[in-house]
Amino acid sequence: MTLSMAPPATPVPGDPRDTADDRPPARRRRSRLGGSRWVAAAFAAPLLVYLAAFYAYPLFRSIDLSVHDYTVRAFVQGNAAFVGLKNYADVVSSPLFSQALLNTAVFVFASLVFQYVFGLALAVFFRNHFRLSGVLRALFLVPWLLPLIVSGSVWAWMLNSDNGIVNAFLQAVGIGQINWLTSPDTSMIAVIIANIWLGIPFNLVILYSGLQNISADVYEAASLDGAGAWRQFWSITFPLLRPVSAITLLLGLVYTLKVVDIIWIMTKGGPANSTTTLATWSYREAFGTGQPDLSPASAVGNILIIIALIFGFLYLRMQRRQENS
Amino acid sequence: MTARRNWWKTALGIVFTALMLFPIYWMVNVSFTPTRDLRLSPPHLFPTDATLEGYTEVLRQQLPNLGTSLLIGLGCVALTLVIATPAGYAIALLNLRGGRTLNFVLLVAQMIPGVVMAMGFYAIYVRLGLLNGVGGLILADSTIAVPFGVLLFTAFMSGLPAELLQAARMDGASAWRTFTSVVLPLSRNSALTVALFAFLWAWSDFIFASTLARNSPLKPVTLGIYSYIGNNTTQWNAIMATAVVASIPAAVLLIVAQRYVAAGVTAGAVKD
Repeated sequence: MTLSMAPPATPVPGDPRDTADDRPPARRRRSRLGGSRWVAAAFAAPLLVYLAAFYAYPLFRSIDLSVHDYTVRAFVQGNAAFVGLKNYADVVSSPLFSQALLNTAVFVFASLVFQYVFGLALAVFFRNHFRLSGVLRALFLVPWLLPLIVSGSVWAWMLNSDNGIVNAFLQAVGIGQINWLTSPDTSMIAVIIANIWLGIPFNLVILYSGLQNISADVYEAASLDGAGAWRQFWSITFPLLRPVSAITLLLGLVYTLKVVDIIWIMTKGGPANSTTTLATWSYREAFGTGQPDLSPASAVGNILIIIALIFGFLYLRMQRRQENS
Repeated sequence: MTARRNWWKTALGIVFTALMLFPIYWMVNVSFTPTRDLRLSPPHLFPTDATLEGYTEVLRQQLPNLGTSLLIGLGCVALTLVIATPAGYAIALLNLRGGRTLNFVLLVAQMIPGVVMAMGFYAIYVRLGLLNGVGGLILADSTIAVPFGVLLFTAFMSGLPAELLQAARMDGASAWRTFTSVVLPLSRNSALTVALFAFLWAWSDFIFASTLARNSPLKPVTLGIYSYIGNNTTQWNAIMATAVVASIPAAVLLIVAQRYVAAGVTAGAVKD
């Protein structure tokens, strides 16, 4: 399937000493190179050590943090008291929890819907090959490649209340000044706008490659039957693209859940927590103030992991089903 | 001719692209704006009175940070390639036991929020004294690229023709010899893709930098920009000039390796 597509393989000239065909299949299945199990393990060993040291161990430490009461002192001395699930209970019963959960839901949902709609519309548009279409499509990737600190600060300046270009434009058309980042009513909209902009390239690329797999014959048959572009979209493109759409949205969801940078750079989760999501809340507790408060922060972070993994497994199941079909 | 009939699509495409890239144009425009014009209302749409004030600030203040980011990016590329190429080879061509499980683990690993990893690393680094160092940041940043790299190499190497590898074996080449003289040369394009993304992600990283190198003498450029914003400075032209300079790797990547970029997005589709 398109989602696991690697760059095109380098063509290799056929080898005259090819003896593959008279090899017994059972033997071939065991190992294409005939190397022993230990050789394979040796080549994978650096990765296994790496995963243990730099994935499993940090994760273990974050769980460890969340079930202890780590103060800054205990941190250095390593004698924090074990408190079980108390940090989780505190976090969940905190008044901020429901707000952060709601903000996360709004941020993720609005981002995904608009990223997907714009991405799909552009993918369909770029499906018609026209002069410069390749170049323009490549240019659409730029926002995806920029460092988030760059995008975040550009948007922050563009949405600045007094000196931003967006408000200058709105004033010119008679709408008047909007305090995008400093009013709790609009701050969420502001970060969502920036995040939609960031997510369009990803949606465009994946959906575009999905469109390539729909045979042109189907469209030809439809236009012979007199179906217009609109009709073709709803009865061919959209239904045939549904599996790719589902995968794009689920993967987008997993990635949007963990967004910290863009929100932190633009609003720091404020004003009045109006843009505090679970991820930014966790970040702020841990690193946003002078005093790292890692125990509650890791409790929030681990709750976020559970949510992300639920959708992650859903995504992996869907992708597997796609590959098998 | 279709090109002639489709001119309006090209025109529309240019309009869409211009709208999409407006924030980037604006960044460049502000970076050339003289400090006294920054608070102008409405702002100048074009850098009519262009100045290099912002860029001289970058040269004065951000040069060491750019060097640090370059070092971290290159370190990340090296580490990622060293770990991911042999692992891809083992999974794709040596029938590693548990290879499928490992693939699954790597997919899941990419879904773990960066903030959680940052806390884990922070707790570990405090004890080991690795906080505020370039080495610790290279290790942490590489976690973004390694799973992606292994998955990409695995996907590519699985597609190598079996005949070629068997021929190498018939010639008596060991698994190591086959790896270095057959598989690696053929995987050059995949290695390039992985290297480009590893560099770009390490260069762009903000979460690890802002948590593990907060008080570092050597700051990456992302932190340089962040402390500019934090100081509530009025010099947005300097901020935007730094942002322009920090965007150069992305621009180079797009120009030099455009087709690998699209392949990278579709290959495991990662970025947080």
